[in-house]
Amino acid sequence: MTSSSVHADAAPEADSHAHHAPQSFWSKYIFSVDHKIIGLQYTLTGIFMAVVGVYMSYVFRMHLANPAAHIPFYGVLSPAAYNSLVTNHGTIMIFWVAMPILLAGLGNYCIPLMIGCDDMVFPRVNRLSFQVFFLSTVLLLVGFMAPGGAFGGAWTSYPPLSAKVEYNLTPHGNVIWLLAVALEIVAFLLGGINFVTTAMNSRAKGMKMFDMPVLVWMIVIATIIFMMSVGPLVAGAVMLLLDQTLGTHFFAAQGGDPVLWQHLFWFFGHPEVYVLLLPELGVVCEIICVFSRKPLFGYKTIVYTTFMVGILSMIVWAHHQFIAGIDPRMASIFSLTTIIISIPVAVIMFAMIATLFKGSIEFKVPMLWAIGLIVEFLLGGVTGIYLGSSALDVYFHDTYFVVAHFHYTLIPLVAFGGFAIFTYYFPKVTGKMLDERLGRIHFWGSAIAFNFIFIPLFFSGLAGEHRRIYDYSGFAELTTPHMQSLRTMATHALLVMIAFQIPFVINVIKSLLKGAPAGANPWKANTLEWTADSPPPHGNWAELPEVYRGPYEYSVPGREQDYWPQNAAN
Amino acid sequence: MGMLFFVACELMFFAALISAMFVVRGSAREWPPIDQPRLPLLTTAANTAILLTSGIMLWLASRALNSSASPTITSRWLRWSMWLGTLFVAIQGMEWVRLIKYGLTMQSSSYGSFFYLIIGAHAAHAVIALGLLAHVYHSFASGSLRLSRFWAAQVFWYFVVGLWPFLYVLVYVL
Ligand code: HEM
Ligand SMILES: [Cu+2]
Repeated sequence: MTSSSVHADAAPEADSHAHHAPQSFWSKYIFSVDHKIIGLQYTLTGIFMAVVGVYMSYVFRMHLANPAAHIPFYGVLSPAAYNSLVTNHGTIMIFWVAMPILLAGLGNYCIPLMIGCDDMVFPRVNRLSFQVFFLSTVLLLVGFMAPGGAFGGAWTSYPPLSAKVEYNLTPHGNVIWLLAVALEIVAFLLGGINFVTTAMNSRAKGMKMFDMPVLVWMIVIATIIFMMSVGPLVAGAVMLLLDQTLGTHFFAAQGGDPVLWQHLFWFFGHPEVYVLLLPELGVVCEIICVFSRKPLFGYKTIVYTTFMVGILSMIVWAHHQFIAGIDPRMASIFSLTTIIISIPVAVIMFAMIATLFKGSIEFKVPMLWAIGLIVEFLLGGVTGIYLGSSALDVYFHDTYFVVAHFHYTLIPLVAFGGFAIFTYYFPKVTGKMLDERLGRIHFWGSAIAFNFIFIPLFFSGLAGEHRRIYDYSGFAELTTPHMQSLRTMATHALLVMIAFQIPFVINVIKSLLKGAPAGANPWKANTLEWTADSPPPHGNWAELPEVYRGPYEYSVPGREQDYWPQNAAN
Repeated sequence: MGMLFFVACELMFFAALISAMFVVRGSAREWPPIDQPRLPLLTTAANTAILLTSGIMLWLASRALNSSASPTITSRWLRWSMWLGTLFVAIQGMEWVRLIKYGLTMQSSSYGSFFYLIIGAHAAHAVIALGLLAHVYHSFASGSLRLSRFWAAQVFWYFVVGLWPFLYVLVYVL
């Protein structure tokens, strides 16, 4: 009886997969449920927002180099606009660039291809996820047109500044900003559920958990960290929104607790940096194996260590609040956890170095970006250890030293990592090869310029330069010619770095028009995405692949070829 | 599967709200503030029982569904579960109206802010979960129910039901 009224379905969700049917432009590229299209939509939106974010930094850096001068392509920067640009630069780079490119774009494109299935488990939820994300993007940008201007209370949005219009002076901007961030988080929650369930349920025949490429593991663990840490932020956002709109007393000084927001924000905020780090570590693992023709050193160790990182990342947040008046005993505990978390990350780094050791290394462009990422990231991570010591941080907090620290972690992850992904997967996505020489010019120019932007900021931070200041003329010790020259140097290096994106743009256009055809597997890699056509068709494979071995069987003794695709029967 | 992750996420959300309340409460001089009305302990205890019963009904419905019992039994338990859930929400709403009359509002104090936020968030979840159950009930009646849908709605309702006793103790009793 029951079976007549119930469809017992084996697949956990019954979103229909209408594969292989001819489709109109709209259903194919705009309202697609195909994971690859959605991944590209995320990535392209992310790239667009990266341009917006870089433009903002261009404007405020130009102002810092020549205070109150006329800025080409902008005009004169007012104090309020300075605040809103700095705020939205940070917000955009973390939530609208790093997250969509590194997590959503990469995860959507790669997970089904790497585990050998035709789509995500819930394709329509996936499409909804992008649509919500798109809406949040529009909303954030609309904030700039709101009367009173866009929110300028810093990307961390601390109350009471963010909660009370009397202080932040942006009656609409603050609410719009908060709503946009909240929507964006909802979008990633929807996407994240898909990532985890797909990796668990849809692996190709024969693929065991430990046959998944490390990249898939990393994305899955990053997603779990995100999902476990974001609840408190959402709770905080709701409370802040109510404070702003209904005048409740969650964070207000009378009866509420402003530091409470900082706990909720950083309980999410610190794990978030690992959410961004892990997919990048995964990409680096894939790339260094392929371009050194060696198996990954310590695959399982890496996976287990990553779980450790995930758990530890949830208990370090208060290192952002050492000077917020928290109990010094608590500060010491968080100091300790912060320093402990560098250990598993170091283990992963050592595994990478061991992978490279004695490999036949080929410095193709993706490999350059991957190695550049590791080298620069180490500098950022090491400066984090100084900040993690609660005694030192009392001095460093809110100076340009912190700014330099996190840019030394985030730019390697987002820019270097983003370009590594881009150059590695460009042949797969478009079917065309990029030009190596232009790629190398782009890499070396950007990498060197990057260091000249942020090394001066370490020094100005050490000299006590505060961040988020529009006009330094009130501080005698910060207006010396030496300090000004550090600021100017950073700005000029930024201009150079922007200029070095021109070869990249030329390269992309040229390759799209007349790049050499890539073929299915230009890098001679083992993982499954390279067995699909380039670009992969809707549904990925005519017949889903079957897997016989792990992803890193490179240079196996006794084999003629130095690689061994996961789906090759022998 | 997806629903389980979602619920884990929701759990963190509520955990954050509760711990936020305790942080503020820890630094408050008295809690609840003397000029604020007390919460209705007894009515809510009865209401808790109603909600728990509703959870049991849903469990009976799923048992009937998985055994070879006739579909009318399944839909009867489903219906009961939904009615009791709705009753719970309605009684909560009535209590809120009374509390607001007595002067407990979101603006009146942090105490009020947290009360309405936490209990309101739970109520919103309950309403959504009831919507899911109604959807399941409907598609069961028309014979197009998918087991995975039923399962997801069930997990969500158990979450709403299972969370409540904790909220009752932490927000009302303590
Ligand atoms: C995954 C790579 C990392 C990223 C993306 C990252 C990112 C950031 C960001 C964005 C901030 C500034 C937040 C603000 O606006 O105030 C920050 C501050 C901080 N980071 Fe990192 N970080 C990373 C790694 C580390 C490591 C490995 C440590 C310690 C070993 C560390 C310790 C700190 C500390 C203590 C602060 C607070 C400094 C202060 O505000 O005074 N970070 N980090
Ligand atoms: Cu941190």
